[in-house]
Amino acid sequence: METVKLTIDNREIEVPKGTTIYKAAKSLGIDIPVLCYMDLHDLKVENKPAGCRICVVEVEGRRNLAPSCSTDCMNGMVVKTHTTRVINARRTVMELILSDHPKDCLTCPKSGHCDLQDMAVRLGIREIPGQEFAEMSTYKKDFSPSIIRDVDKCIMCRRCETMCNDVQTVGALSAVNRGFMSVVAPAFEQDLEKSPCTYCGQCVAVCPTGALTEVDHTAKVIRALSDPTKTVLVQTAPAVRAALGEEFGMEPGTLVTGKMAAALRQIGFDFVFDTDFAADLTIMEEGTELLDRLTRHLNGDKNVKLPILTSCCPGWVNFFENNYNDMLDVPSTAKSPQQMFGAIAKSYFAEKLGKKREELVVVSIMPCLAKKYECQRDEFKHDNNPDVDYSISTRELAHMIKSFNINFIDLADEDFDRPLGESTGAGVIFGATGGVIEAAVRTAYEVQTGKPLPRLDFTELRGMEGIRSATIDFNGLPVNIGIAHGLGNARKLLDDVRDGKANYHAIEIMACPGGCIGGGGQPLHHGDSSIIKARMAAIYREDAGKTLRKSHENPYIKQLYEEFLGKPMSEKAHHLLHTHYFKKGNKDIYI
Amino acid sequence: MSHIKVGLKPEQIKAIQEICKSFNNEPGELINVLHKTQGYFGYLPAEVQEVIAANLNISVAKVYGVVTFYSFFTMIPKGKHPISVCTGTACYVRGAEKVLDEFKRILEIKVGETSADGKFSLSCLRCVGACGLAPVVLVGEKVYGRVSPDGVKDIIKEYQD
Repeated sequence: METVKLTIDNREIEVPKGTTIYKAAKSLGIDIPVLCYMDLHDLKVENKPAGCRICVVEVEGRRNLAPSCSTDCMNGMVVKTHTTRVINARRTVMELILSDHPKDCLTCPKSGHCDLQDMAVRLGIREIPGQEFAEMSTYKKDFSPSIIRDVDKCIMCRRCETMCNDVQTVGALSAVNRGFMSVVAPAFEQDLEKSPCTYCGQCVAVCPTGALTEVDHTAKVIRALSDPTKTVLVQTAPAVRAALGEEFGMEPGTLVTGKMAAALRQIGFDFVFDTDFAADLTIMEEGTELLDRLTRHLNGDKNVKLPILTSCCPGWVNFFENNYNDMLDVPSTAKSPQQMFGAIAKSYFAEKLGKKREELVVVSIMPCLAKKYECQRDEFKHDNNPDVDYSISTRELAHMIKSFNINFIDLADEDFDRPLGESTGAGVIFGATGGVIEAAVRTAYEVQTGKPLPRLDFTELRGMEGIRSATIDFNGLPVNIGIAHGLGNARKLLDDVRDGKANYHAIEIMACPGGCIGGGGQPLHHGDSSIIKARMAAIYREDAGKTLRKSHENPYIKQLYEEFLGKPMSEKAHHLLHTHYFKKGNKDIYI
Repeated sequence: MSHIKVGLKPEQIKAIQEICKSFNNEPGELINVLHKTQGYFGYLPAEVQEVIAANLNISVAKVYGVVTFYSFFTMIPKGKHPISVCTGTACYVRGAEKVLDEFKRILEIKVGETSADGKFSLSCLRCVGACGLAPVVLVGEKVYGRVSPDGVKDIIKEYQD
């Protein structure tokens, strides 16, 4: 490997050719401030438009200051990262950015988690010269069902564009207009709702300021909790327990399942249930559908569509409705766990309680912003009453816990309520990429072969690689499995399927890099992707610690089928647990 | 900018597809495709941009981003008689701005707009290579030299029928 030698702040260093000054300095322990720059190393995502100029350094012999995030090291370079000239330039840049930024930090939803605020503190900005005559750009606010755009707070770092276009290939956002008038916006500056946005929320996850935030439903949840005529149920998604602790200063990857259940009970939910239960139920339906399609395919039925695609991720559903609307019969018809939970809660469980569905309020805690949109979809309503009333993010739950004066860290562990709180390890791993298909394999194998699984851990299905594939031996029948996380990877895989280049029987797709653990509603990682890896390890730890690890062994799932649904894919199950998809967009008529 | 539906005819969609194809549907040729398409339509309404995006396999947001970045591209149809006032250095120092102001006043439109009757649109350009005649105004292909603010109403009158 070719290397170069240089000096940074009077210290010599040798780095591989092509290393940036910023990274070389970092390896010396010199922490050059960056704002627009973002490196999600484990996901192979880098944003370095060199737009903000906060990271400038002085390079001997160079006329102007160099942006260290995007300037490569050269042999013999002499770099200074904190000269008076550099510090003054950095301050001026910051003052200019702040001169066109609203000063409502006290009431901003991002306050306390804002990279711009942190930078102002770090650089010790105490006043903004010329503020009284500086012009402020103003732009309409955009409220979608999941995401709020407040472009006045945008600093044009382009991180959201990198996520939306390069990583997710959704193409909802682009920089438009020019100079002072430039903003990041959807085509024709329409609202997000009219764009191909999937509400995956990856833009929100990386936005350094309050320009992109989630729609906050906590006030509605609190109102429901204080309504004596309502019975309020809560369900928590698998990925939440692996990340919620971060909001309370705990190490990334700390499992807080028991504390979370305790906190939800203290908040006042009448029943603390688990989406993992519905994940087990999803496996029963989706696994049966997979086996049904597979059997028919092997028997030579030409009408059967393979591969079967998972359908638990609402961002992914939005994506294929927009981009693969010629293949709407390929994904599984199984609803997502969130929606299966809502449908069962407001039928089976309501009957058990002797209550009408209108008397129940179902709240979901999700690592996801697309879930907010999903629960509002018309097909998930019954007489205008939604199966899931409100979906709030991991971040919103953390905020609720704090505002209810609960000392989260010191809470003693509690368990979920029964019946809809019981789950197996298979339900837990839904939170990580590859988990849904691994859970499906654990059940489908035993149902298909009638034999117990020789092993439970399918490590070949796990990992952070964007596209993965494996062949699982179903007692002599090879089943080809594909996995993609991140919508850009999903697109590559789906294009291969459409072109007949791939031969898969089943494919799992998650919209967010890493799966739900990297969802748009999770605690902000601030560019540190090792946090997502730590959450993934936590998910598999939780699975390994469970007594039951196969969905079909969940006793309450068995009871649900015995008492209510009959068997998987029965008429009742079809009615309550399956859905259909809609064509969106008009791209096809223009080609 | 609002999303006005123009209702593209099949042959118009075909024409855009042909333009895209002449650049091998290369995403990198976006500016050339936009240039040629604007030559064909006179402007670039939203649906035209959607067709281009679909054929070059890039996002509509990206196409719109490029259209709004370059002042040459417009989403508003040009008037029957497009008026361009040169505001290059030579014309500028010889009073082009006053000439421009007079056009704005009489036509009651701003730069980049089209008059309500669709007859005139107003734009600025930088140098047509006739600096000796500064300040210069173009109406369609016709060049007017040494234009004074007083002469503006006579130019407009020529096209007023």
